Amino acid sequence: MTDLLQLLVFGIVFGSILTLGAIGVSLIFGILRFAHFAHGDMMTVGAYFALFFVAQIGWPIYMALPAAMAGAAILAILIDQSVYRRLRRTAPVILLISSFGMALLLRAAAQLIWGTDNQVYQPGINVPYVVFDIRIKPDHLVIVGASVILVFAFHLFLKMTRMGKAMRAMSDNVDLARVSGIDSERVVIWTWVIGGSLAAAAGVLLALDTRLNPQLGWNVLLPIFAATIVGGIGRVYGAIAGGMFIGIATELSTAVLLPAYKPAVAFTLMVLVLILRPQGLVRGMN
Amino acid sequence: MTAVLEVADVRGGYGGADILNGTDLKLDEGEIVVIIGPNGAGKSTLMKAVFGLATIRSGSVSFFGRTITGMRADQVAKLGMSYVPQERNVFASLTVNENLEMGAYLRDDDFGPQIERIYELFPPLNERRRQQAGTLSGGERQMLAMGRALMLDPKLLLLDEPTAALSPRYAAETFERIREINALGITILMVEQNARQALEHADRGVVLVMGENRFEAPGPDLLANREVAEMYLGG
Repeated sequence: MTDLLQLLVFGIVFGSILTLGAIGVSLIFGILRFAHFAHGDMMTVGAYFALFFVAQIGWPIYMALPAAMAGAAILAILIDQSVYRRLRRTAPVILLISSFGMALLLRAAAQLIWGTDNQVYQPGINVPYVVFDIRIKPDHLVIVGASVILVFAFHLFLKMTRMGKAMRAMSDNVDLARVSGIDSERVVIWTWVIGGSLAAAAGVLLALDTRLNPQLGWNVLLPIFAATIVGGIGRVYGAIAGGMFIGIATELSTAVLLPAYKPAVAFTLMVLVLILRPQGLVRGMN
Repeated sequence: MTAVLEVADVRGGYGGADILNGTDLKLDEGEIVVIIGPNGAGKSTLMKAVFGLATIRSGSVSFFGRTITGMRADQVAKLGMSYVPQERNVFASLTVNENLEMGAYLRDDDFGPQIERIYELFPPLNERRRQQAGTLSGGERQMLAMGRALMLDPKLLLLDEPTAALSPRYAAETFERIREINALGITILMVEQNARQALEHADRGVVLVMGENRFEAPGPDLLANREVAEMYLGG
């Protein structure tokens, strides 16, 4: 029982990270209609941005995180305006392939700039708290706490602001959004601001939980896509549920399977959902 | 007097073969004009072409004397023209109130009073402000779609088959609403399958066939025209 609860803790931590990535993938799909394959590597670059602020400038992680998010948002806009924007009038599959190329480019750039070694934000041991025999590291609290704050802020943005509502409107019905006078290019820019900054946050939090290397985000791209699809692709609230579901399910699976099978578990769940409930587990929540 | 809308010899469609083959149309201020015609005549395409949602290969469209040929939909909306598509004309996942807010997206002023006016015009929506638009009945959806289009205080309202999915009772009510909207000084252009009923409420009717105007006359005259009645109004 304690083992399962311990795995549940790991699952919630991993799920919080996946959620931040999955929201971006789902939002980008909802607005731009393509699966953004460079999302994992955007996470990686965001995590390295934070390393820059921590190691070069000496900022604590809670200051480096928002700075890295801002950096990644700018990077995402630059990528969109220089590459994706030119391809928007073509078939979505061309955007998908170009985002795959962008993924390779970002990863290669990260390797060139920051090297291939594992790095950490702060050396030292993260002494866990022990509650009823369950070990919770302080970093875990930071990860879950930061994720909850960001998801809640995003929720407020979607529900309360004019741009947030316009984003939901455009994801619901692009033609009607245009007819209503919504400037789709501005919505697209904001989509990248949100997608890029949440990806960076996911990257920083994942690097905090594990180690930072150029494969960081690419390694979790599959579970993130699984989370997006389980939640119903294009439905951002579904992405939150999907992220937690995939995170917890993959960690719990290690009670009976070798940890190396974690991606396979995520993939199997994704395929099962696609076969049994292609609209996603969560219904009616766009 | 400058025409509200003037379509001159427009040819175009959706990139393939032309659907509009030299269509003309002129709307004066305060009119209700109905476009009727067989399926595939280009009625909806004409509206989309006016609103920048279909491609115009040649010809011109002007709005209060200003050329708007090929202008983007969001810019057309900015000039004071609103469009209610036939299908998918509400944001299903947004609430009723949010749908109206999206209709006012281009407004920077306080549009609270305008929202209240829409609720007065369509009382059934008032009780459903926080309800998701996707859960509304067909009639309520059509009201919401028109309400959204009225949020910008347009000078011209384009309605694509406003009664297509409605029961006869709701259809009659919708025509009443359209007249009320018109009485506010809003010029109306609509496409209707429900041709007889629509013509009774219209100042003028235009018969569009194969992307060309075939007849054009005041509503009652079209209704009385035997050829039109036999061919396009079901005898």
